[in-house]
Amino acid sequence: MHDVGWNRLQFGFTVSYHYLFPQLTMGLALLLVVFKTLALSRGDERCNELTRFWGRIFAINFALGVVTGIPMEFQFGTNWARFSAYAGGVIGLTLALEGMFAFFAESAFLGLFLFGERRLGPRGHLVSVVMVFLGSWLSGYFIIATNAFMQHPVGHTVGSDGALQLADLWAFLLNPWALWQYAHTMCAAVVTGAFAVAAVGAYWMLMGEHEPHARLCLHVGVIAGLIASGLLLFPTGDQSGKLVARHQVPGLAAMEGKFESSSHAELAIIGQPDVTRRTLVNPVYVPAVLSYLAYGSFGAIVTGLNDVPEDEWPDNVELLYYAYHIMVGLGTMFMAVMLVAAVQLWRGRLAQSRALLWTLLLAFPFPYIATTAGWLVAELGRQPWLVYGLQRTHDGTSPSVPGGNVVFSLLGFMGLYLLIGLLFLYLVLRELARGPEPAH
Amino acid sequence: MATAWFVLIVLMLIVYVLLDGFDFGVGILHLLVARTDEERRTVVGAIGPLWDGNEVWLIAAGGVSVFAFPRAYAAGFSGFYLALIFALWLLVVRALSIEFRSKEAHPLWRQAWDAGFFASSTAMAIILGAALGNLVRGVPLDASGYFAGPLFTDWRPGPDPGVLDWYTVTVGLFALVVLAEHGALYLVWKTTGDVARRSRDVARRVRPLVAGLAVVVTAMTLAVQPLIRANLARRPAAWPLAFLIAGGFAGSAVAERRGRELAAFVAFGAFIAGLLGITAAMVYPDILISTHAATYSLTVHNAAAPASTLRIGFVWWSVALVLAVGYFVHLFRSFAGKVAPGGGEHGY
Repeated sequence: MHDVGWNRLQFGFTVSYHYLFPQLTMGLALLLVVFKTLALSRGDERCNELTRFWGRIFAINFALGVVTGIPMEFQFGTNWARFSAYAGGVIGLTLALEGMFAFFAESAFLGLFLFGERRLGPRGHLVSVVMVFLGSWLSGYFIIATNAFMQHPVGHTVGSDGALQLADLWAFLLNPWALWQYAHTMCAAVVTGAFAVAAVGAYWMLMGEHEPHARLCLHVGVIAGLIASGLLLFPTGDQSGKLVARHQVPGLAAMEGKFESSSHAELAIIGQPDVTRRTLVNPVYVPAVLSYLAYGSFGAIVTGLNDVPEDEWPDNVELLYYAYHIMVGLGTMFMAVMLVAAVQLWRGRLAQSRALLWTLLLAFPFPYIATTAGWLVAELGRQPWLVYGLQRTHDGTSPSVPGGNVVFSLLGFMGLYLLIGLLFLYLVLRELARGPEPAH
Repeated sequence: MATAWFVLIVLMLIVYVLLDGFDFGVGILHLLVARTDEERRTVVGAIGPLWDGNEVWLIAAGGVSVFAFPRAYAAGFSGFYLALIFALWLLVVRALSIEFRSKEAHPLWRQAWDAGFFASSTAMAIILGAALGNLVRGVPLDASGYFAGPLFTDWRPGPDPGVLDWYTVTVGLFALVVLAEHGALYLVWKTTGDVARRSRDVARRVRPLVAGLAVVVTAMTLAVQPLIRANLARRPAAWPLAFLIAGGFAGSAVAERRGRELAAFVAFGAFIAGLLGITAAMVYPDILISTHAATYSLTVHNAAAPASTLRIGFVWWSVALVLAVGYFVHLFRSFAGKVAPGGGEHGY
């Protein structure tokens, strides 16, 4: 493998692994605010117990988000030095703002939220969890704004030394790509959190344990899950797709496995791309829908990969195609599951429906798969560019770092992350077994 | 404007060393000053709610460096590739040791994390010192604007040095004793009973080592880096920092003897800040000094983002700093006072 391949593998591995944690952090932070607010508004002590229970899981999850997150910022410099030198004057701003505005708030108030309930009193405790929520969601925005610049650079100029510089701060911060990508990503984070909360509720219900807490978890999880998975598809997913169609033409073609350009373009529901023969094998199509979804008109022409020079193709068409289909397929199923669960909840029958409880229990890993697939879509769809249209990925690596060093660090990260993944599962399972406890 | 950012980043890094420094110091000493499990919980509880926020100063300083000095960030981080990867792994182990040790009552589980906390804190203190040593000694930057720093070459500071040589290793050891002293004084301030008593003993025993190594490292630095010799004569404005260093050290010793725990800790912090401050003042305007030729050095002038960008960032940075300082004051006040034995309600 070329050096750039090892660098991409390391960044891809460490960032995919990292994002397993922040998505639950952000999703759960919102639901913790909900639980704490319910505790205050209803005077319901069980909501306080759930706030503490989910707070303990949040803390473990948060710690792993922090330790796996620091390597991301470092790798911009260690592995992607030419990218940092080229784009640092722009994307460095959002990285700096993330640390200054978001991380300080998060870290300071997390300690207060976890350990200061008695000193702060109920209102102070609510304020601390709201601050943790705001910090984590703000942090998400700065990272998405950074990524959005790489997807669709705006607000910059090229300086006399050839490096990028900031020309329009607000254009950069309010990049339309960032706004939709952020909304989409946050909805997905809430889906992850909601499925986790609902799964624990379903587990307790099936086991006949902590029944009042289980009902609250199911209630909050299903309602939040329904709203978030709905918004995930429309408008945020739809608009994100339209942005890809407008600004990353080869990416759209690869996601859809579309080689021939045509109007009334068909949408491939399933099928396997054969890049050598440039065709989709075993396809099941819905006619003309792709043109409509991408450009708002059935007659619109969708460009296929055959009409794009090969050096502008995303370099892994197959993976991009599957990642996209997995993301969309799972997103649709989340909506369906939560819709059925919400109807049963409304009819007061969710707690008795064992099949549905089992479904909710077993569903919680799938949002993680969907978000990972979603990031693969974003990052593979951006290829072969590091900064779209401006810097190619193979021009962004560190000239002084040999591939052998990257293999070394990649293997080290894999070993370390395997270990901390096992620790995470062990500790979270312990907290689940401990369950919600009355205050002592 | 670039100079202002140089000063701000140096200040952020000093705050980082002062705050996370006592976390490292606690990690270096806790096996020694805390013997029973309850004492260990006390000691970890003394930094438990704070360490994460302290570490954020490093992350924030890193983010600000990408933004203000992209070329220096790119060259420095890629040049020190392996050393930084090791530091990342150590930070992971340190964080998990603090967060996970008390989540399970099994004695071997706790022993393992205690060992991890000690080893990662000790290694990180040495790495931070060695990193500073590298910045002072210089790195083999060439015309490409990059350098590849091997971990070691002939262990001598020359035109093609490794990350580790006799000079940087000595600075690393100096950092180890300085942060151990800093952590000991922090524990004297924050704990009671046997832990506080043992920490005081450690602080008194380590103090002469700090003084001795401070003299040695200063002499070595003047020998290794001629730029500093020249700048020291040329920049009398920085001389008062020497009083801060000497005064902080002496003041800390006196205050500790008189039982003024917070004053002793703060005064020693002034000693550390003075050392770092005078070093930065002597290497300015260089960020990464080239051991090959002065023209290859990356400075605040040739490595900075454009002035317009830096001005925009400054406005945001100022607002954020006010907020961050507010959070920290609130946080430290919320956890003010001595830590209850066993860590109290902290759960550490």
